Amino acid sequence: MLSFQFVPYSEIRSLDSDQRIRKLLRLVKSHNIILINGKLKSKEEAELIRITMESINKDFKGIEIGSIEPKKVNKIKQGLMRLLFNEGEGFTIIGPATVIKEIKQNPGKLQLYMQETKKSRKRK
Amino acid sequence: MASKLSFFFKKLLRGLFKKRKKLKLGLYGPPNGGKTTLANRICKDWLGEEMGIVSGIAHETREIQVKEEVIIKNKAGRELKFNLVDTPGIATKIDYEDFLKSGMKEKKAKERAKEATKGVIDAIKWLDDMDAVIVVLDSTIDPYSQVNITIIGNLQARKIPVLIVGNKTDLRKADLKKLQAAFPQYEVIGISAKYGKNIEELYDSMFKLV
Repeated sequence: MLSFQFVPYSEIRSLDSDQRIRKLLRLVKSHNIILINGKLKSKEEAELIRITMESINKDFKGIEIGSIEPKKVNKIKQGLMRLLFNEGEGFTIIGPATVIKEIKQNPGKLQLYMQETKKSRKRK
Repeated sequence: MASKLSFFFKKLLRGLFKKRKKLKLGLYGPPNGGKTTLANRICKDWLGEEMGIVSGIAHETREIQVKEEVIIKNKAGRELKFNLVDTPGIATKIDYEDFLKSGMKEKKAKERAKEATKGVIDAIKWLDDMDAVIVVLDSTIDPYSQVNITIIGNLQARKIPVLIVGNKTDLRKADLKKLQAAFPQYEVIGISAKYGKNIEELYDSMFKLV
């Protein structure tokens, strides 16, 4: 069964990059679409793709990932918000490619297109 | 006297180092953007021979390909010498069933998928070795994809100079303005690698890049 799982960035903040990536990938491989209130670093994204490629087999075809960043605001204000509310910047969605067909990410919004099944057609 | 000698030796060492170091110019991007078509265009224009096989099926290039000592010249007579590195397209998913749709047999499709995953891994590993990169994007496709953002973000994080090429401008659906709007901090050049359209402008920009 597919499920959506919210992963607060605070839950993965203290992990090192490798642990963070492997945790997220483990969740995705267990048929979860995960939503994170933060963004991975560019190098972590590349590492996530690399490890995903190593994990591809007949059941796991890869991932779909999309993220949006908030518009650049005052850096001090942003830093303070992060400190007070433990929030990351932006949002990231990662899901298994067998379920998500495509993630369109126009600057202000993320659109999830699901793989078509016998019962359902394209959904937003 | 001692300081003059020290300066001389430093200059000599720097000169030797410069001669030995070969500039690596990488072609990066998602599958089917036209990296190999561009590599072939550059090699054909300056070496008189092509570099790799091109096809309409994704992940045609599944191994890193290097063409050594490509030398291009600009109008002012300046030369730019580099090793051209054509990389497999970077993707977040690879499904052998996609290859079946293009008429491939199951065994061959599975092999191709396996090679393609290895190709993506190699392309990512080679990022650290690049001195400058041309990101080749299909200008008929929405540029706001995580793969594009990840590639460009990684080059930025590694402080590698980047030039974005919007390929396939010969097609009616090409939208260079959208590409420029997606990556406003970079120079974006529209070309058709297949027909050589605007390729001179790209060569001029390559001098600025490195």
